[in-house]
Amino acid sequence: MKFKAEKKKREGAVLFSGYTRGEGIKKALELGRENILFELKTSKLKGRGGAGFPTSTKWMLTAASRSDVKYLVCNADEGEPGTFKDRVLLTEYPELVFDGLVIGGYTIGAKYGIVYLRGEYEYMLDFLESYLEKMRKDNLLGKNILGKEGFDFDITIRLGSGAYVCGEETALIESLEGNRGEARNRPPYPVNTGYMGKPTAVNNVETLASVPHILLKGGEWYAKFGTDKSSGPKLFSISGDCAKPGVYELPWGMKIKDLLKLVGAKNTKAVQVGGASGICIPASQFDRILGYEDAATGGSIMIFNKKRDMLKILKNFMEFFVEESCGQCTPCRIGNVKLLEGVKMIEKKNYTLHYIDELKELGKTMQIASKCGLGQSSPNPFISILENFKDEIFDSHVNGGSHVN
Amino acid sequence: MTAAKTDKLAEEVAGLVKKFGSDRSSLLSILQAVQRKHKYVPDFAQQEIARLLDIHPVEVYSVISFYAFLNSKPKGKNIVRLCNTIVCDMAGKDKVEKAVKKKLGIKFGETTKDKRFTLEHTNCLGMCDCGPAMMVNDNVYIQLTPERAVKILQKVG
Repeated sequence: MKFKAEKKKREGAVLFSGYTRGEGIKKALELGRENILFELKTSKLKGRGGAGFPTSTKWMLTAASRSDVKYLVCNADEGEPGTFKDRVLLTEYPELVFDGLVIGGYTIGAKYGIVYLRGEYEYMLDFLESYLEKMRKDNLLGKNILGKEGFDFDITIRLGSGAYVCGEETALIESLEGNRGEARNRPPYPVNTGYMGKPTAVNNVETLASVPHILLKGGEWYAKFGTDKSSGPKLFSISGDCAKPGVYELPWGMKIKDLLKLVGAKNTKAVQVGGASGICIPASQFDRILGYEDAATGGSIMIFNKKRDMLKILKNFMEFFVEESCGQCTPCRIGNVKLLEGVKMIEKKNYTLHYIDELKELGKTMQIASKCGLGQSSPNPFISILENFKDEIFDSHVNGGSHVN
Repeated sequence: MTAAKTDKLAEEVAGLVKKFGSDRSSLLSILQAVQRKHKYVPDFAQQEIARLLDIHPVEVYSVISFYAFLNSKPKGKNIVRLCNTIVCDMAGKDKVEKAVKKKLGIKFGETTKDKRFTLEHTNCLGMCDCGPAMMVNDNVYIQLTPERAVKILQKVG
């Protein structure tokens, strides 16, 4: 099977609205660095990988870092279970992602852009490389881009090799430097000390893809979408029990129940928001909204109907974290193993509620004590699924009264 | 490994170092290229890479041991990785898994005797809207049924 890029017909207010290669770069060069940062600040764009750090601040900090060499890295290590929006952007909208990188390079003063593409997406490598070649021919990459004297920028694509933790920005940088993908202590932050010790901005694919549209239509226009704290539309990767799975561009602030209706989900019992490291929301809370202020997500939405076994889902997530923990720090390396053991104990109906409560406390400790986002977020499903589905999971009849409090 | 084989491997590694550069930051790209061709990174290649990058061989081994897609032990000519994530599971992964195991006569984590196939699980392939999904080498196959999965294996064999 040779991969061929095909553009599906998609509808959306921003990313899926139509764009011609180079438009955003042209506009960026007209605006100049300060105005680009101003528009981004006005747009209130936040990092689309899930952490939600304001993009304008990240670029401003990198721009302000003094160094002769700087880097802009596109984080295409989309590994969160249930997330596939970057796959769609890279294969159907590469013009947005790469133009976003060029604009970012110009804004922060970087000459080098690096796309860290997850190993699982190697099949799209040739397509992306040939796209970059086209950009070089159009002088959208290379020296004196679009005639702008002194603006040199080029992009290289580097592959990952199947490590979820490399989606964490400092682990990603370690991997780029040829090391094990183990997260670094922060500070220093990559904006000051990043790839090869140089100032580096690491941005998600979707964040970069949003930038050309924001510059063309204005930060104010962009900020009109969504809510006060979560501006703009967001790509949601919808999967699981629904009639129409796929990638949707929707404004932030949508209620979960409205989203379920849109994608044709019926008899829904639970929605996992934010992937394996996210939270599990029960039907009684479907009035909650998607946004940084409530249920935040990098876009992963997994839908489970009434037939699904929540303990099996939790076990799948915890097995994932045990496998993907890099092993560097103890809370994450041992903690995830302990949480998985707890799930297996429940499965075998050989547990006490007292011990499970202790494991939940251990989870809270992991959230505080782990070195990077992996261990800080991996207890989320353990805590939220056991809390929100305790009636289903801890059925006293099934357990033969083995509960001892 | 025979002398002729090691010479050839040394030449190959030297070519890769020339292509990607001798800086430590090239390590992953070099290892990926060796892995792609040989389906693992032989000890001798590890030592050669270390020598040319001027790092200790154990540094190379350490990196290989970290990444799921790099191996220091031989694997089959085709590495089959079935997505293990819950959504693929819900879409019928178990049936595909059974069919693939039956077809190849091995369990997950094993390599066929003729060294043509290695079976593995992998985490989310980013195909949750069109699962179950599996990777065969660097290609991804989606919307698998047991029959389709078996056919794909026959084809790549």
